[in-house]
Amino acid sequence: MSDEGMTVENRVRGKREPMAMISRHGGLAALAVLLIFNLLVTPNFLQAQTLAVNVSQVATIALVAVGMTLVIATGGIDLSVGAVMALSGAMAPIIFTSEFAQAYPVPGLAAAFLLPLVAAFCCGMFNGALVALLGVQPIIATLIFFISGRGVAQVLTNGNLQTFTNPSFSYIGTARLLGIPVQGWLVALIAAVIWYVIRYTASGRYLLAVGGNERAARMAGVPVTRVKIMAYATCSVLSGLSGLIVVAINSASDAARIGNLMELDAIAAAVVGGAVLSGGRAPIWGAILGAVVIQLVKYTLLANGVADEIALIAKAGIIVAAVYAQQMRKG
Amino acid sequence: MQQLVSMRQVRKSFAGVPALRDASLEIVPGEVHALIGQNGAGKSTLIKCLTGVHRRDGGQVSLSGREFAADSPRDAQDSGIATIYQELNLVPLRSVTENIVMGAEPKNRLGLIDWPAAHRRAGEMLSRFGIDIDVRQRLGRYPAAIQQLVAIARAVSLDARLVIMDEPTSSLDDREIETLFSVVRNLRAEGISVLYVSHFLDELFQICDRVTVMRDGCTVAVREIARTDKLGLIADMLGRDRNEISASGMTALDGPRGEVGAEILSLGHVATGRSLRDASLTVRQGEIVGLGGLLGSGRTETARAIFGLDSLKHGEITLPGGGGAPRSPADAIAAGIGFVAEDRKAEGIVPDMSVRENLTLALLPRLRHAGGIDTRREREIVDHFIRALGIKLASADQPIRQLSGGNQQKVLLARWLATRPDLLILDEPTRGVDVGAKREIQAIIRDFVADGGAVLLISSEFEEIVEGADRVIVMQEGRSVSELPGEGLTESALIAAIAHVPDEVPA
Repeated sequence: MSDEGMTVENRVRGKREPMAMISRHGGLAALAVLLIFNLLVTPNFLQAQTLAVNVSQVATIALVAVGMTLVIATGGIDLSVGAVMALSGAMAPIIFTSEFAQAYPVPGLAAAFLLPLVAAFCCGMFNGALVALLGVQPIIATLIFFISGRGVAQVLTNGNLQTFTNPSFSYIGTARLLGIPVQGWLVALIAAVIWYVIRYTASGRYLLAVGGNERAARMAGVPVTRVKIMAYATCSVLSGLSGLIVVAINSASDAARIGNLMELDAIAAAVVGGAVLSGGRAPIWGAILGAVVIQLVKYTLLANGVADEIALIAKAGIIVAAVYAQQMRKG
Repeated sequence: MQQLVSMRQVRKSFAGVPALRDASLEIVPGEVHALIGQNGAGKSTLIKCLTGVHRRDGGQVSLSGREFAADSPRDAQDSGIATIYQELNLVPLRSVTENIVMGAEPKNRLGLIDWPAAHRRAGEMLSRFGIDIDVRQRLGRYPAAIQQLVAIARAVSLDARLVIMDEPTSSLDDREIETLFSVVRNLRAEGISVLYVSHFLDELFQICDRVTVMRDGCTVAVREIARTDKLGLIADMLGRDRNEISASGMTALDGPRGEVGAEILSLGHVATGRSLRDASLTVRQGEIVGLGGLLGSGRTETARAIFGLDSLKHGEITLPGGGGAPRSPADAIAAGIGFVAEDRKAEGIVPDMSVRENLTLALLPRLRHAGGIDTRREREIVDHFIRALGIKLASADQPIRQLSGGNQQKVLLARWLATRPDLLILDEPTRGVDVGAKREIQAIIRDFVADGGAVLLISSEFEEIVEGADRVIVMQEGRSVSELPGEGLTESALIAAIAHVPDEVPA
């Protein structure tokens, strides 16, 4: 999947943004180093199972990273993604284990997917409204749900770990299609759609114009407020979906842990992928690449018995390298 | 008397474009010295060469008779030059005292800040200016004028010998201005010099001793304020002969005016704030209406009101199609208005987007096709305008920031022409473009009008207005004061109207 993704990335970005070459190569170089290292060192790296595990894990980061890329493209940031994941992840089991869902399995299952996403959408609308209508700084506006979202999720579940057996729901976390976990295909599909929207629709143009020069965009009649709100809303919905997948993978929902520190992974993935925090660029496939790199670092260290704490330091190193590549590009 | 500041034959270019060619400025100790000139005359560049923001390319600068070259604003401050910017560099969330003593706090024996002493010192500092406020309060609680005075007090506390004030009154009300003036007079009495930059000429006569006039990067006149008048200063600023200005008078005011098309825009007593108090005008199809006036006369604010950028406090606007005042640019665009803003970089281009994307940005709502953008039609339109307007570029897909100023401006014109507007508002459409591109842009505007479009033209170049406009609305201090027919209009007649002061008839 990632190979295919990068080919498209290559073509599009190469044509549109020749200046992005270096930073894109930075991400690709990191990927190459990781792959070579793993081939040489990690046992059983070239196994279908390894691919499946990694795709399964990367999907959750990638979804959020794509959403984060949209928000960063407007010049903003969304700290609430992890908390939104927890919220939607906590809601789903409550819904499909409810009496209603036991009585009517099909609408119950539909509600278990839809209601958490609606809740996530509302969080995003709230974030976007604060930023776009009230002019609150994005980092502060999204801090509200960063703090309270997980709290609400824990209140909903009384702080309990919810475990369940529900094959229909778990499908999006555990099923495979052509040997690849189904959520991998889902991410590819969503990324392709969003990439198309950015590249070929007026909304995508507007997004980049708002991030590129907000005043000029407003003067050209761009609906700046709406564009920003939609970016935050999309990011939240993708985070909510990611939360559902995490719950489905584990057949368990722990509001305290779902999406913990995801905001940092997502921002890191977006930046490694070539997003610029000042806005104006939305490299969707870059975000996927960034997510793959982040996931591979985690996996590499885990598979070789390195402690989690060290993994955090390694992630920081990657962000430093990505930012360095961006600075070089500017200079 | 020994000069405090002496700048001679200062030169400065940016990327090969000269901003200062032969600028000089002499300030004696204890004088209030005004620096005036039209936009782009080089005032702020000259100040920045003095305060160490820019490094001059040539010329001599001395401070108290000694050769002087500040490497940084900090360096200039240490040498006794304090600058009070329009956007104050104070900390509104900290107390008045902290803002005044910041960086030079009195310490007690333990090396901690001696707050009683600090408050006392801050209080004394302000009372010298006749201000009595609670210095323990946060600075942000006080009005803009007080904050400005605190900035001045801070400057003086740092032993400034020269205080530079850039447009100090632009955000003050009349009473606050009086307070500021009394502080300026206090500074003068203490032997501190003030360099005063302002667009409001009336102010200069109240508090300044001498005035340096700049035009096109050169110092063109230095006057004793007592020996000149407003008309003389305007003549200096514009490079015209004062007799020519006053002789041509206002006789053309009541001349005939040709009927053009139907009225498509009207403003009735529009006010949006201090800078736009009472503007009335009409624009009809097939005519270019010029907005004449000095900087700060409310021309740009008029355009902003029409385009839905500033909300109305008074008055009414009727748009093409009969709608009322727009609430947003999108409203205005939907009503058939386009606006090429003065500041191309800040309000025009999206620098990293391609020429194509910049050109069609306002047109996108009409290019929607099956959920996406009709890219074929988009390319046709872009190619058409690149050819029709003679835009020079390597490819329509290159980022617009790589184009020259003139070509960027043509792209922005094309952005609006592509929307087929009824009315185009052009704010300084040919500023910062070379002569060739300027002629081409003017031809494009003419063509647009010949096809029945209407233009509201703002320009500081009188030649452009006189040659281009069918009628000219003259603005002064936020008010539309008179209307001149374009036919037979001369530059000097226009200048006379702009400089005309009802209660002070020029001799």
